[in-house]
Amino acid sequence: MSLAKPDAIDITNKQKIALALGIVGLFIMALALFNTNFPDVGLFLTLALGLISIGTIIYSREAYLSKLEGIKNDGVWFKSISSRGVWGWIVGVILTAFYIVLYFFPKHLGLGTNGTENTGLISLFDPLSNLLSGRPASQWFVYGTLYTIAILAFGYKFIVKYRHNRYQQIRTVSVMFFQLAFAFLIPEFMYVMNNDLPYYDLKSIWPLNYYIFDQWSVKAFLSNGTIGLSLLLFGIISIFVITPILTYKFGKRWYCSWVCGCGGLAETAGDSFRQLSSKKLSAWKLERWLIHAVLVFSVVMTTAMVYTYLGYSKNDFWLTRGLFISLIIGFLTLIFTGVMFFKRKELGKDAKMGAIGFFATIALLLIMHFTSTIDHLFYIKGSALRSAYGLYIGSIFSGVIGTGFYPILGSRAWCRFGCPMAAILGFQQRLFSKFRITTNGGQCISCGNCSTYCEMGIDVRAYAQKGENIVRSSCVGCGICSAVCPRGVLKLENDSMEGRINPTEVLLGNDIDLMDLVNKK
Amino acid sequence: MQEHIVIIGNGISGVTAARHIRKMSDKKITIVSAETDYFFSRTALMYIYMGHMKFEHTQPYENWFWKKNRIELKKGYVKQIETKTKTLHFAEGDILQYDKLIIATGSKPNKFGWPGQDFDGVMGMYHKQDLENLEKYAPNNKICKHAVIVGGGLIGIELAEMLNSRNIPVTFLVREDSFWNGVLPSGESEMINRHIKNHHIDLRLSTNLKEIKADENSKVKSVIIQETGEEILCDVVGLTAGVSPNINFLKDSEIETGRGVKVNRFLETNITDVYAIGDCAEQHEAIGNRRPIEAVWYTGRMMGETVAQTICGNKIEYKPGYWFNSAKFLDIEYQTYGWVFGERGRPEYEKHFHWKHKDDTKCITVAYHKDTNKFLGINTFGIRMRHETFDTWLTEERDVDYVMNHLSDANFDPEFYSHFEVEILSSYNKQFQTV
Repeated sequence: MSLAKPDAIDITNKQKIALALGIVGLFIMALALFNTNFPDVGLFLTLALGLISIGTIIYSREAYLSKLEGIKNDGVWFKSISSRGVWGWIVGVILTAFYIVLYFFPKHLGLGTNGTENTGLISLFDPLSNLLSGRPASQWFVYGTLYTIAILAFGYKFIVKYRHNRYQQIRTVSVMFFQLAFAFLIPEFMYVMNNDLPYYDLKSIWPLNYYIFDQWSVKAFLSNGTIGLSLLLFGIISIFVITPILTYKFGKRWYCSWVCGCGGLAETAGDSFRQLSSKKLSAWKLERWLIHAVLVFSVVMTTAMVYTYLGYSKNDFWLTRGLFISLIIGFLTLIFTGVMFFKRKELGKDAKMGAIGFFATIALLLIMHFTSTIDHLFYIKGSALRSAYGLYIGSIFSGVIGTGFYPILGSRAWCRFGCPMAAILGFQQRLFSKFRITTNGGQCISCGNCSTYCEMGIDVRAYAQKGENIVRSSCVGCGICSAVCPRGVLKLENDSMEGRINPTEVLLGNDIDLMDLVNKK
Repeated sequence: MQEHIVIIGNGISGVTAARHIRKMSDKKITIVSAETDYFFSRTALMYIYMGHMKFEHTQPYENWFWKKNRIELKKGYVKQIETKTKTLHFAEGDILQYDKLIIATGSKPNKFGWPGQDFDGVMGMYHKQDLENLEKYAPNNKICKHAVIVGGGLIGIELAEMLNSRNIPVTFLVREDSFWNGVLPSGESEMINRHIKNHHIDLRLSTNLKEIKADENSKVKSVIIQETGEEILCDVVGLTAGVSPNINFLKDSEIETGRGVKVNRFLETNITDVYAIGDCAEQHEAIGNRRPIEAVWYTGRMMGETVAQTICGNKIEYKPGYWFNSAKFLDIEYQTYGWVFGERGRPEYEKHFHWKHKDDTKCITVAYHKDTNKFLGINTFGIRMRHETFDTWLTEERDVDYVMNHLSDANFDPEFYSHFEVEILSSYNKQFQTV
């Protein structure tokens, strides 16, 4: 557009002070990073985290509570940070750099190796870690703390921003709770109770929790008696029982925008970037290939991981390699044929995609089975394969690109393009769920707010302007499309499966005769 | 050779017609527009100025869509239509032949001959060019220290919201004694008055514009109020006193026009193979309670769907179903289904039940027939309702008691929202059934 970009709307003096407080908090961390010796580490850690939180809180209150309640998107596309401007890129680069150091060079953050004491940023967090679990901090503890603070502080911002919308408020309280309790505190307390248990965030479900079936993890669970075994069983039940039931009743939103930590960060700290996701058809095509490729990869890799520590002979353990592969293939075939038989129609054009995914998985599993040796899979050493998987999916995709690129690709790039859990839930949502977004007859004016603010890059308007319900595997049910709609067109609902997908033009307004004609193919 | 359908205007009406013709046929389709290269949602222009969206977000179809669907787009201004030879003459000098022509040129802002209405900084808010103009004269509150809006309708309040989003003080001149009360019943209209003032907009009711004054560069500097003679200094004047059909270019053609292009129920003009749809079409006789000219997004879309059928051989009348509409007044959403009249033009048989929430941002008005108790329509503010449910109830000719007792079936608010049906029903019962 030929218009010059207008000046960003000025922030108030109070907001400037709030911003300054937050920056001081970050500055304390920067000082720690460069090995400043604080006289009282605990005090300075409290100061740093406190100032960041208080700064965010004051800033949000000033931004939203000074106005009447309603949609607060004024100037979103004028602000440098939320429109891929200079600040957007700077923040993106800083975040990405942080992730790279965190994953690959934690010693630069001050991680003590071989029993030496922590220094730098990580040592700043020692007092909190000692308080919670009686051990010094690790880079993951630092990350977990900052992550939790981000979800809590920006969650508060989100709640104030949407103070007229109870769906948004309750959902946000939920992600704040699950992050604080399940991802942050409970694992620390579990460690205090039994320090042999592996770190286990109960809400992190395979395949998002890609290491739960890894040998060290399973061994640790099994060597911890009833508690360990129960936890492992809970992990298995989560994915095969709890998840399908909840997704059937509520759609994948019960997880993606109510429970999940990745989703929690995206919905809170990432909220300012949701409009940056690409709505192009080409992005959707890429998404479908990429996310399902990751899913195939996850299934194959997890099978491979378990496979490596199984034996050939029944005498050692009843579950042998051959039996395991047969069970997995049998299970996948059961799902595939079941879907093709009962849900062929709903699947429509996506049936081809499903078939490709299925046969690719089966082929990979068979190749693996027939080419493997004791410790080599796909001609690669088992352990190397495992760490490669963790590296590419766990670190690079979910961390570096998923979060580091928030200000560039939008807040849900990982959830949309890479999360294998989202792929499984999405598959269920598309075929076996009561959830949909209902469009309100003929009221859509094609304004585009819904599509613009969809963090998953769904072109919501394309459905709404046709009066078609939105049943998309990628929809995480955040409800923002419904919130920003100026005409009350969209409603997230759990209703009957019957008539959920209505791919005909049902625009109300014209009389019935015409609608019959329009729908005649 | 394929029949060539030419559509003048790339708004919702013309584009809907083109899409449906393409769905049903292989005809050659050309859409002509002088405004923009691609279809965009006019109703979303405000969100561009407010920074909620960029212009490209208001385009419902990606740019490749048109080529893929073999819909040709031509940018040009039609200066004259020669219906005898079926030729369009463009201001740019070139010509285009058609076999069938659809006129879908929409509206233009009304100007009532106010002195000074053509000065720089005086503008309507309808076309993309108006938005560019506003961006030029009111980019921020330093260049535009004050703005005056003349005309209290839907576009006026949108313009007020736009300027408000950039902290530009606004004086809002409304001819009526309460906002949009030609359409809204008084309880609703008064609630919106208060909401406007809560947004620190200087709302002046029963106030008319006398003239617009300019500085030595013909740039607006103030307006004079008719009633008081008061002069209000301003840098921008928004003229939002309604719209009228954009059909000046048809003056010298043989196509019959009144205020709009005259059409019959088949949307045909007096000239064979020339149709008119959307805001610019004027029915010979009004359909039901509808106005002969309906400048509404939905009716434009519905006419587009209808004319496409006729052009593709299923000749059918334009038969709009039950009236519905929606708008948003700053933070308050408004929906209407069926007919609810304001004070003006209300049939004598129409009675109202009105309920307002104590927070002064939600209310409903239900209209019913005083003799038969038949439900006629509903206005809702701050509560979303389900279109399909009201369409069903209107078809079933439900009475007002039924509607009031089943109101929760029609609720379309997001999950976890507070519901007011119980409160509404008890208020209704108190008012009517205990007598």
